[in-house]
Amino acid sequence: MKWLLNNWDQVAVALGEHIVISFTSLAIAFALSIVIGIWAARNERVFRWAIAVSGFLYTIPTLAFLALLIPIVGLGKANAIICMVAFSLMILIRNVATGIREVPAEVVDAARGMGMHPAEILAKVELPLALPVIVAGLRIATVTVISVAVVAAYVNAGGLGTLIFNGISNDFAPKIWVGALSSCALAVAADLSLAKVEGWLRHRAA
Amino acid sequence: MIEIRGLVKQFPGAAHPAVDHLTLMIPEGEVCVLIGPSGCGKTTTMRIINRMIEPDAGSVLVAGRDVTQVDAVDLRRGIGYVIQQVGLFPHWSIADNIATVPKLLGWNDARIAARVDELLALVGMEPAMFRSRFPRELSGGQKQRIGVARALAADPPVMLMDEPFGAIDPITRARLQDEFLRILRSLKKTIVFVTHDIDEAIKMGDRIAILRDGVLVQYATPMTILAGPADPFVESFVGTDRALKRLALIRADAALEPLGPVAPAHAIAAQASLRDALARMFETGADTLAVTGSNGEVLGLVTLAGIRANTRSDDATNHCQSPYCL
Amino acid sequence: MLLVEAWQFVAAHPERFFGALYTHVALSAAALGLAIAIAFPVGVLLADKRRLALAAITAANIGRTLPSLAVLALVMPVLGTGFVPALFALTLLALPPILINTCTAMQQVDADIVDAARGMGMTRVQIVREVELPVALPVIFAGIRTAAVQVVSGAVLAAYIGGGGLGDFITSGIAMMALPQLLVGAIPATLLALGTDRVFGYLQKVLTPAGMRAR
Repeated sequence: MKWLLNNWDQVAVALGEHIVISFTSLAIAFALSIVIGIWAARNERVFRWAIAVSGFLYTIPTLAFLALLIPIVGLGKANAIICMVAFSLMILIRNVATGIREVPAEVVDAARGMGMHPAEILAKVELPLALPVIVAGLRIATVTVISVAVVAAYVNAGGLGTLIFNGISNDFAPKIWVGALSSCALAVAADLSLAKVEGWLRHRAA
Repeated sequence: MIEIRGLVKQFPGAAHPAVDHLTLMIPEGEVCVLIGPSGCGKTTTMRIINRMIEPDAGSVLVAGRDVTQVDAVDLRRGIGYVIQQVGLFPHWSIADNIATVPKLLGWNDARIAARVDELLALVGMEPAMFRSRFPRELSGGQKQRIGVARALAADPPVMLMDEPFGAIDPITRARLQDEFLRILRSLKKTIVFVTHDIDEAIKMGDRIAILRDGVLVQYATPMTILAGPADPFVESFVGTDRALKRLALIRADAALEPLGPVAPAHAIAAQASLRDALARMFETGADTLAVTGSNGEVLGLVTLAGIRANTRSDDATNHCQSPYCL
Repeated sequence: MLLVEAWQFVAAHPERFFGALYTHVALSAAALGLAIAIAFPVGVLLADKRRLALAAITAANIGRTLPSLAVLALVMPVLGTGFVPALFALTLLALPPILINTCTAMQQVDADIVDAARGMGMTRVQIVREVELPVALPVIFAGIRTAAVQVVSGAVLAAYIGGGGLGDFITSGIAMMALPQLLVGAIPATLLALGTDRVFGYLQKVLTPAGMRAR
């Protein structure tokens, strides 16, 4: 652990990179999935098709996916981000669509009856009520993305994985410990905080 | 025959015992209804009989044997058990569901198959059509029929039924009550029936045990309770229309009066109840009705005064001695 | 074309390829088997012990969030490199979904069914064997399916700690920037994962009791 104390700047940089690529991918995936998710909530065929395609993408092994992207986009952060977005799409689309579909029909009916536009209903009624389910999906997506980012260090995307790979190739255990444990800590911290948010949202909606 | 002596059960943290020194005796072949408001201990009592709940004190004897001296699992295989939600096993066919206890007892396949068909016919469901189906394909009423068939499978002498028709719509419920009353009486089983519905209790029970906060308040035949409620609680529990409820238990030809010189304009069937007769009188404006037998012959009269006399009686015993009483 | 070159690579080094494939499958199957052997009985036994079950599920949930590569890497300083350390790490990764699904599935079996079974005179063992397990099986198997895909995917990463498998081609392909080799690892690994998901999905349908299949 003295290695950590002596080199915490290295770790901080890696951590920073890790968070940046994770966050970027999640933001992209989230934006895409809100749009596709809303569409899928309204349209049964789109729903099934979206689930099928993104489910297919989710099953591809992380390293294989990154590798398959190399001939197309080479190495680097872009590669990692594309992979992470692809993985998160399934969960997020599924949860956005399901969350909206599960809003009780009578609530939507009441909103319509009171004279709200479809856009207003979406913004003020459906999305807020679907929020707990959406956040649940975001939670899983976040953990997935953090996990992918660890591997993505191998395709030069930076992040905490660089510490691990460095440690393995130089047979230097402290780096492995720090890299592995910090990525675990990051994942767990993200999961627990989103779990709190999810719990709070459910409690509020209940 | 079931004997309950000084039964006590208190759940931890409860203000008063769920069952408070309960003593009662259920003669063989009778239907005993346990009824009372929520929390009166009726379901707890029933579940102590087959040791789904263990008593704190007192004893329960089924056919002379103390239930706590018998292995609980063996005991339950000899007692039919029907619950409100039925609890059919979704992964088994109807036939397999009914065959549960016979299989546990090791009957051979041929005997089981024959028994399954026999019971399906008994509860009014065509064996060929239903034996291979699955619970999710059945309606609520059908599920409960299978629930009863399943409980009868090993031909137990005792049946426990906990609000079996509670989850069923009122129209189907009335039909099921009639059918099961007919079936269970013909099989001469000793039945403990729990309900919170006083009308169901009056209809189904040979004897009714009214419980409140774990204490037995009155234990008697329906007619006795309706004619002479033991205290104000029972009185309000059976309802302010208990006089009419009593009339529903007496047949028209039990209150027969001799024919007069003038034949009445309207008639009522002999097997109809005095309550129906009263309703007919209000409908038609008459105070006298002719009572007709099965071939249309006039057996006698019922009069409004006569009906009133029947309700006026304060005799606490079952004053309807005639075998015609329902 | 890249694909053609990849194919030629396999044709030129069949023992290497099939050796790696075999290791990959063996590693995955062994890890899954071990995980089922541990997590399934534990899940069944803990199902009716509420506090222990809650603790176990909470721990498993945390385990599920840990990045796969991190778990594999953590094993290395302790157990070294090779097949066995990789097997150990992959088994750990497969435990959470199986444990969580088994435990919650057993707990969620309709209480009325269990009450009816008990009231009719089934022993505890009979209730678990004849009623609870069959009814819970679809959800339990969904957990096994998740674990299976996770293990097959994780086995790709086992290359990093000397576990062998198809990941070797990917890592050497990247190191040497030899794209055909990369594909020799990536495409079969992808197909293997997809195939596993399909096969287990089919098994899940087959194992769902007839009375409970969606119409």
